[in-house]
Amino acid sequence: MANFETPALREYPVIPLLRADSMAHSRTFVAKAEYQTAIGFPGELVENWEQKAVDKLGELVSKSRALQVFLDSCVKCGACTDKCHYFLGTEDPKNMPVARQDLLRSVYRRYYTFAGKVVPWLVGARDMTKDVLDEWYNYFHQCSQCRRCSVYCPYGIDTAEISMAARDIMDSVGVGQRYSNEIIGKLHKIGNNLGLPEPALANTLEGLEEDVKDETGVDVKFPLDVKGAEILLITPSADFFAEPHIDGLIGYAKVFHAAGVSWTLSSYASEAANFSMFIGSHDNLRKVALRIRKAALDLGVKRIIVGECGHAWRVAYSFWNTLAGPFDFLDPRYPIPQHICEFTYDLIQKGALTFDKSANDDKVVTFHDSCNVARASRMGDMPGGQFVIPREVIKAVVNNFVDMSPETTQEATFCCGGGGGLLTDDLLELRVKGAMPRMQALNEVVKENGVTHMAAICAICKAQFTKVLPYYKFEMGMIQSVHGLVSNAIRLTPADK
Amino acid sequence: MSAVTVLYALLFYAATAILVIGVLRKIAIYARTPQPLKIPTTPAPTTRLGVAMRMVREVTVFESLFKSSKWTWLFGWVFHLCLFVELLWHLRYFTEPVWFFVPLLHWFTTFTGFGMVAGLLGLWSRRVLVDRVRYISGPSDHLMLALLVAIGGSGIAMRYLAHTDIVALKAFFLGLMRFSWQPLPNDPALLVHLALVALLMIVFPVSKLLHAPGVFFSPTRNQVDNPREKRHVAGWSAQYDNSKSDA
Repeated sequence: MANFETPALREYPVIPLLRADSMAHSRTFVAKAEYQTAIGFPGELVENWEQKAVDKLGELVSKSRALQVFLDSCVKCGACTDKCHYFLGTEDPKNMPVARQDLLRSVYRRYYTFAGKVVPWLVGARDMTKDVLDEWYNYFHQCSQCRRCSVYCPYGIDTAEISMAARDIMDSVGVGQRYSNEIIGKLHKIGNNLGLPEPALANTLEGLEEDVKDETGVDVKFPLDVKGAEILLITPSADFFAEPHIDGLIGYAKVFHAAGVSWTLSSYASEAANFSMFIGSHDNLRKVALRIRKAALDLGVKRIIVGECGHAWRVAYSFWNTLAGPFDFLDPRYPIPQHICEFTYDLIQKGALTFDKSANDDKVVTFHDSCNVARASRMGDMPGGQFVIPREVIKAVVNNFVDMSPETTQEATFCCGGGGGLLTDDLLELRVKGAMPRMQALNEVVKENGVTHMAAICAICKAQFTKVLPYYKFEMGMIQSVHGLVSNAIRLTPADK
Repeated sequence: MSAVTVLYALLFYAATAILVIGVLRKIAIYARTPQPLKIPTTPAPTTRLGVAMRMVREVTVFESLFKSSKWTWLFGWVFHLCLFVELLWHLRYFTEPVWFFVPLLHWFTTFTGFGMVAGLLGLWSRRVLVDRVRYISGPSDHLMLALLVAIGGSGIAMRYLAHTDIVALKAFFLGLMRFSWQPLPNDPALLVHLALVALLMIVFPVSKLLHAPGVFFSPTRNQVDNPREKRHVAGWSAQYDNSKSDA
């Protein structure tokens, strides 16, 4: 079915030689006019778009210190060249972070720097042309904005910022990506990425209550739109229907049940994801974040907890306070917002949860650090808590835990290959190839330590691995929700309630 | 006063003005441009002091580069360290009396000229030998290395092969600084060395050498990781009042 070859997993990771233009054909579907206009962009390529794109670039740079510094400072040292999973998997030189940045930097230089205006040939400056636009479209949709390159850059240049800016410029002249923009539109209209309306959501949650009752004999609730609940749970909508996401949702509900706290989901803000970040659209980013503020106010909750989702946690942790704060109406004794892993970890520390770890004895588990959690957020009080806390939660509920190679975990973690708005079937080749470095590291612990399962705390990672694991001859069921593991091991007493 | 002296005097006034004004202008732009969102690359320090320490490690031992490529780190760090010592050593041409620590550097300068050039040649060899780095290297990247190697090479040449009159040289620069011009020794190696240094000063504000001030302003490195504890707003993110708009 696929007309590409899945990369081979080797005994040791190797840095490939360049294969120029090997992914030049990779072009995600362009958004139709209706998807563009629904989120505030022109429906098709506008007149005089070259000038408008250049103007937009100048405007973005003038409003972002990050862009100012990043576009000036690169010395082409090459430190980032072997750090991108898409480069390692595709061997296309334009997937090296510096080369990807240069697609945009070359235009910036031409119009906004002395050297680029006077001696463009000397500094690699280019006019804004249709070829350049096409190249932007293809290659800025081969960046999952995972920030791995920014860890290794001596100046902290973050290709994610540049790829967000490039997508914002393209949207502003009428060329957007169908996958992300259609989803953002649905989120504005209905409240979640799936377009799942309130009755369907209520129905799903009722079904879950019945399933858990059948399985455990305990009345674990999945409340929706309960005014006056203490906690509002904001979770990715994939948790409502996809495997293994839904096991995670069941896990959260069981933890809330065991903690004896009142909680609720919101049908108005039934989505943690905020794909506006991927397209660099600040207006949409804020608009989506404000839904959560409104839901919290309307329901009168005291705390907000965020479910397992990578980029959503970045938006929640790093941006919510800026975009939708101050949250002075919430209880200041708890982190605002709090990650579900922080919540569960606190309860474990207090000894408030009972586990039967043997429930997970059929598994040897490893943990995939999701990029936005690892490199763009934190959990707990100390730097690096985002690595410690999920692992401690896993270790509390499974007996057999093994970490993957340190070059591929924590701040060095490799993207799953589907982040940043690329989790779409029209980019399947890219997704499979981009997963190679993670699959390589997974293969090592499978071979050496008998690892059977990989847990994650990101809806995109879970969906991506479900899809690509089979390409590497692994079972798609290897990928687990961290709170799915919690769900297996937690022991509830009916008298809790 | 020879034509050469006049030419070089004017050249250094111009180069100094371009360097200082150009870099200050850039620093002003970096400082003035807001960073509307929190984007530190995490794990990041949670205090200002921690951020200062991170920055110190970044600019003294090139912490991030060390993580990424040991060869690039080695060549780059040796080059920058040697350049730094050489810059301090060259203060003796611009200060009277010479600052106390400058003479202490004499022993090191036996190596730093060569170290600088060796580091540069190491970096340059990567641009030629490593296909990834070759791909991203443009004409300006090679020329910048050529310029720096030539500056180092002409400096070494004056130290070991074609000595110049450094007393007269110092008089020339002190004269420039005091607006009382003195003759510049008319030695080819010196004239080449000084012309190249002036060129470096002139291109500094319009080239990738801006990484030097840039790194201090890099939000991924200089932001405190405390978005939950302290509400961050700047630029466009500061224009909203969410408590009023019932959006």
